[in-house]
Amino acid sequence: MVTAVTNFGRSGLYDWLVQRVSGVVLLAYFIFIGAVVVANPDMSYQEWRTTFEPTWVRVFSVAALLSLAAHAWIGLWCTLTDYVTPRMMGAKANLLRGVLTCVCAVALFTYVVWGISIIWGS
Amino acid sequence: MLQVSIYRYNPDTDSEPYMQDLEVDTGGKDLMVLDVLELIKAQDSSVAYRRSCREGVCGSDGVNMNGKNGLACISPLSTTVKNNKLIVRPLPGLPVVRDLVVDMTLFYAQYEKIQPYLQNDTPAPAIERLQTPAEREKLDGLYECILCACCSTSCPSFWWNPDRFIGPAGLLQAYRFLADSRDTATEDRLANLDDPFSVFRCHGIQNCVAVCPKGLNPTRAIGHIRNMLLQRAT
Repeated sequence: MVTAVTNFGRSGLYDWLVQRVSGVVLLAYFIFIGAVVVANPDMSYQEWRTTFEPTWVRVFSVAALLSLAAHAWIGLWCTLTDYVTPRMMGAKANLLRGVLTCVCAVALFTYVVWGISIIWGS
Repeated sequence: MLQVSIYRYNPDTDSEPYMQDLEVDTGGKDLMVLDVLELIKAQDSSVAYRRSCREGVCGSDGVNMNGKNGLACISPLSTTVKNNKLIVRPLPGLPVVRDLVVDMTLFYAQYEKIQPYLQNDTPAPAIERLQTPAEREKLDGLYECILCACCSTSCPSFWWNPDRFIGPAGLLQAYRFLADSRDTATEDRLANLDDPFSVFRCHGIQNCVAVCPKGLNPTRAIGHIRNMLLQRAT
């Protein structure tokens, strides 16, 4: 079996399932946000904020945010393990991929925490 | 006269590969690309390519013709040539041994990984292991693969990870044995495929389906394997 310590679930099947489920959550969320924007063409900032006040919208938003982070992590991991490999770039590729993986992890973690703070903040 | 541009590389004499431009007199006939290669070889015997049956059965003469992989022996000029120009390159992604001949070691290594033979640990019957017509029908669209490598070498996932992604040809054969009612190694076969690379590097772009000279559908077989892995895990 081929192992990969940095991938999301250590299992191709788990990652594949997460990718599909998170994709469905994101699709549902973007349809919801799109519908809100289309239904209120002259929306003010205050009305936009009001949209996010119900608890279910906040839960939905956090679910979409977490889905986005998981989806992005799996996608970026696939991209990095396609292109930034010793086969493609020589011996230094593993170190470079490690650094890039860390950058992705820190960025996604920051976005998730920041996003939750925005959604649940006052 | 047909304008032909052919990939040339002899590691003993060339520092790097180059494209050689030639003119070939096809006599106005709708020849197969292999016939054109034969005419070129008559002009220049140093041109190297693989060929054997010349009728799409052996899978030896897989090459890239005007950007698309296929078998030279069953690719007519009328459907291959654009603007009277034929560009012939080796199958992409594999190391070139010489001219159009590629080193298929990685391709065969992936094929070997899926254990492409029937495994059955029950006592052998007196004559043969029988299948119903319905069980036999499940192998249609799978067993016909001739391992020409046109599909795997058109797959970007196989280009980037030929040592870890089984590739469409290998996975089609993996499913051929997973689908076989006589095979009892299903659990072991699935366990060997359940990792982030072997199956799941397929992103479903279907280049394999577009180029298969036998009209097979590796993407569908890969989908079946995914479903079997999912059922096994739930």
